[in-house]
Amino acid sequence: MMTNYGNRVTQGQFSFLPDLTDEEITAQIKYALDNKWAVNVEYSDDPHPRNTYWEMYGMPMFDMEDPAGILMEINECRKTFPNCYIRVMASDATRGTESVKMSYIVNRPSVEPGFNLVREERNSRSQGYTILPYACNKPEGERS
Amino acid sequence: MSDTTETEENEAPKIVLPDDTPVDLQKELRLSNVQEVLDQLDKELIGLKPVKTRIRETAALLLVDRVRNKMDLSASSPTLHMSFTGNPGTGKTTVALRMAEILHRLDYVRTGQLVTVTRDDLVGQYIGHTAPKTKDVIKKAMGGVLFIDEAYYLYKPENERDYGAESIEILLQVMENNRDDLVVVLAGYKDKMDTFFYSNPGMRSRIAHHIGFPDYSAEELMAIAKLMLAEQNYRLSEEAAKALFEYTKRRMTMIHFANARSVRNALDRARLRQANRLFNSAGKAVTKVDLMTIEAEDILASRVFQEGSLDLDGDEGADVEPVVES
Ligand SMILES: Nc1ncnc2c1ncn2[C@@H]1O[C@H](COP(=O)(O)OP(=O)(O)OP(=O)(O)O)[C@@H](O)[C@H]1O
Ligand SMILES: [Mg+2]
Repeated sequence: MMTNYGNRVTQGQFSFLPDLTDEEITAQIKYALDNKWAVNVEYSDDPHPRNTYWEMYGMPMFDMEDPAGILMEINECRKTFPNCYIRVMASDATRGTESVKMSYIVNRPSVEPGFNLVREERNSRSQGYTILPYACNKPEGERS
Repeated sequence: MSDTTETEENEAPKIVLPDDTPVDLQKELRLSNVQEVLDQLDKELIGLKPVKTRIRETAALLLVDRVRNKMDLSASSPTLHMSFTGNPGTGKTTVALRMAEILHRLDYVRTGQLVTVTRDDLVGQYIGHTAPKTKDVIKKAMGGVLFIDEAYYLYKPENERDYGAESIEILLQVMENNRDDLVVVLAGYKDKMDTFFYSNPGMRSRIAHHIGFPDYSAEELMAIAKLMLAEQNYRLSEEAAKALFEYTKRRMTMIHFANARSVRNALDRARLRQANRLFNSAGKAVTKVDLMTIEAEDILASRVFQEGSLDLDGDEGADVEPVVES
């Protein structure tokens, strides 16, 4: 039985909700800026949950006053990588490290093929499990 | 859930106000606090008639626009990109700073911040360097005013492969597409700006307000001098005021004259000489009044009077003897 219709990847904030609109994204960015967090945009074509470090789209944005500039960056990333996952992160430097405070997806590929559950036979009839994203079946560079 | 109620409210028949609904513009004006900024502008900036008139007109336009919006008479928001042209020291940078504040009070820009840049901040050194640089600046300025000083240096016609053109192209795009997010103000000297606009018609047409900053008269420069001194708790003796007026009139005819900035420099030098005079008048008791007062001799010592000329670097001369001799 399919419990996650459309195989939507659910990681980060808001991922069980319908996709955020640009107004909603702007409001979230504003929240981050009001807290003096630095915001950055990242993308990836590999939705595996253990794929923690995505590619950065440009540098993290420090000292921004207004969300419009960051939304512009998001839209440029969307234009460049329309078939990738894109997420927005906000990090807080008050503890001396940039610790992640927010992370949410703002772009998805048009089709999310989901994951293949692979069962591995092991000694004494025990079984191991692993998941492989179908999206990564092709070599990098031929994926989207 | 809340969505549905909202839509219901929206779909309720609109109340169409009758054509003769009275409008209280004065109340709007009071609410916006903009009058305060305009009055301050009048008080703190001497002269600049055409500039002040233009700012007043813009404020009126934005206020009326706001009232119209309330009455559902929507129109596209006006373009407010501006160019400030005028000689050195006529107050372009000063007014740009105020502009950000005024536009913020009128809700035209969201943050009221002013980001000041010149060519070096926008244009890169090698291929692929310019676009990210320009975009970075634009991102930072979003929601406020982007002030490009000496904008004509962006365009170097003698160098075909100059990266400035790339920067201009990005700016043009943003000026068109992000009109609600960003106001761009260009500033520079009149003749060079004219050439710049002539070779960049796209830029010219995107700028709705071309504001000229006139040179100050000697009287206006005196008023500016008094204002500057008062800000720093200094004042001129009667004789010194006369001397400064004479100084200003002479200085205006010389090269490298930079209007209010020349006045500021002259005053800085007068302060230097005053301090020196106070030190050298050993024996005499110095009072608080002495500390505050600039005397005629502090001004008359200027090279402008002594030789009727300037240093090569346009320096009016701060030829004072060292305070402590060893
Ligand atoms: N109308 C004025 N009233 C009072 N002070 C003024 C006025 N105009 C200019 N000043 C003062 O003169 C100085 C120079 O002004 P400003 O830097 O705005 O000139 P500018 O036009 O930007 O010159 P430039 O073209 O050389 O950059 C500033 O310190 C400013 O405070
Ligand atoms: Mg200036």
